[in-house]
Amino acid sequence: MAIGVRTQDLRKVYSSAPPVGAGGGFIVRADSRGAKQTKTQIPALDGLSLDILPGEIFGLLGPNGAGKSTTIGVLTTRVRPTSGQAWIGEHDVWKEPTRIKHLIGVVPQLPNLDFSLTAREILIFHAAYFGIGSKQRNERADALLEKFKLTERANQMVRGFSGGMMQRLSIARAMMHDPQVLFLDEPSAGLDPQTRILLWEIIREYHQEGRTVLLTTHNMQEADALCQRLAIVDHGHVIAVDTPAHLKASIPGGFLLRLRFGNRTADLLQRLQSLAGVREVRSLESAGDGTGDGSGADVYADRGGSLIPEIASLAANSGVELSDVHISEPSLENLFLHHTGRSLRD
Amino acid sequence: MNWKSFGAMLARDAHVARRNAAQLFLQTFLQPLLFVFIFGRVMVGSGYMPAAYKSLLLPGIIAISMVFTGIWAVAMPLIAEFQWTREIEDRLLAPIGVAWIAIEKVIAGMLQALVAGLIVIPLAWLVLRPGVDISIHAPLTFFVIVVLVAAFSACGGLALGCSIDQQHIGLMFSMVITPMIFFGCTYYPWSALKTFPVLQKAVLINPLVYASEGMRASLVPQFQHLSLAVVLMALLFFDVLLLVVGLRQFEKKAVS
Repeated sequence: MAIGVRTQDLRKVYSSAPPVGAGGGFIVRADSRGAKQTKTQIPALDGLSLDILPGEIFGLLGPNGAGKSTTIGVLTTRVRPTSGQAWIGEHDVWKEPTRIKHLIGVVPQLPNLDFSLTAREILIFHAAYFGIGSKQRNERADALLEKFKLTERANQMVRGFSGGMMQRLSIARAMMHDPQVLFLDEPSAGLDPQTRILLWEIIREYHQEGRTVLLTTHNMQEADALCQRLAIVDHGHVIAVDTPAHLKASIPGGFLLRLRFGNRTADLLQRLQSLAGVREVRSLESAGDGTGDGSGADVYADRGGSLIPEIASLAANSGVELSDVHISEPSLENLFLHHTGRSLRD
Repeated sequence: MNWKSFGAMLARDAHVARRNAAQLFLQTFLQPLLFVFIFGRVMVGSGYMPAAYKSLLLPGIIAISMVFTGIWAVAMPLIAEFQWTREIEDRLLAPIGVAWIAIEKVIAGMLQALVAGLIVIPLAWLVLRPGVDISIHAPLTFFVIVVLVAAFSACGGLALGCSIDQQHIGLMFSMVITPMIFFGCTYYPWSALKTFPVLQKAVLINPLVYASEGMRASLVPQFQHLSLAVVLMALLFFDVLLLVVGLRQFEKKAVS
């Protein structure tokens, strides 16, 4: 029977730099007026609430420092929240941490494999920490090594492993004790496309056995391909939660045309708005990306390429030089941009 | 308390120690044995030191070997594992209370310190003989002192390992370890400091003093030494203090 994951109004403020991989947070100087306190306060989570259903593949999508890793840290007993609550199934994470550790498997953002052991020993000792008997842990280790294509390297020390091999072994280790909920923090960061596809297959397969999977990513392709539902996270709270398809449908029109002009006349944006299929026009006073003094507009529309001739002739009629056009199809990147005004890659 | 997890972690540490046995052996014993050879054989043999110095030196050498084996065995892996390899995370996620993981480290460190003590006694004796006059008069007292010394070394390792930044390891050696050795009454008895009364009082904050003097009290009681009661109480005090500090620091590192 699969179990769900829930958080309610999680807040986390680091009073010193957060540990590596636990999210950057956004640095705010504590108010120094009057008080002597000049300590840097780094809020990483700001009222984050989630409700992940049993047996779901759920994704947290957001840029670096959005609070994704801190959320995983709180749910996996490694980061104590400043306030708020978290549950795995019926169990409060911070009241029954030892019980929680039985239920979860964790794949960290940076590899943390035991460098004093061989690949096979890492799996065997991990299972032993969970009290799994000798016969069963040997069988499971062999099966997982085979599945993750690591059998040939099983008896080598992991020090010399490539990033991809370490990542595969980390996931195998997290699966050794057959956890009910699998947490993966940026699982495919730095993997080659082939390994990424193997990884996705394995996650889907694990999910089909009735397990809940929570992953973080800032790769929209991965979120799109793998997750049944997504939460878009920025500045430590959830901006939107839905299926990838619904989220994408929530962007006006779906298509995004980013236009850059050499110069601009006042009425151009209004005239763009009146074109058939255009749902929303957002003015960009300065491009903000170093493309010079030109201004621009983000046009959300029902159609993409077919609008270009009309936009071009409109611009020509207004005496405006169109310097750049970029069309993107409905995507999570556009969605993120729409909700936050920032690109995922910023 | 999950004994299966605890046992598996001890088994992991034993497995790693076995794998690195040769390296551990050289790291632990080379320096004390060279010291024993130079001071116990060369200096005594050439008449610069009295013959009795051999017997005075051996208990100090046992203390120093045990203490630094224990500190090293616990502190160095903790510094590395918390700060750059992060490999302790798989144990932090094992179904066992976080404090028990620290206690497992302490037990593993104590065992290594005890093994170091057991090995260095015959080794040093072989290098020094003939003319070493040591004997275990009260086996129970000796056993208690040895266990307290091992515990002090491992708890000290825990406290240091969870408090020192990786970039300060060099500083730890020059600011903590080196003064501890030289003011630890390892190469001379505490009574030898009586011509430096202020220093003689000041070194009493150094737990290694009680380890060396305790060894002396139980192995070579013919020399002047601190009273056994003082040694036992001081060692117990430092064991508890360093364990409490170490556990607190460990939990701070384990849960941010």
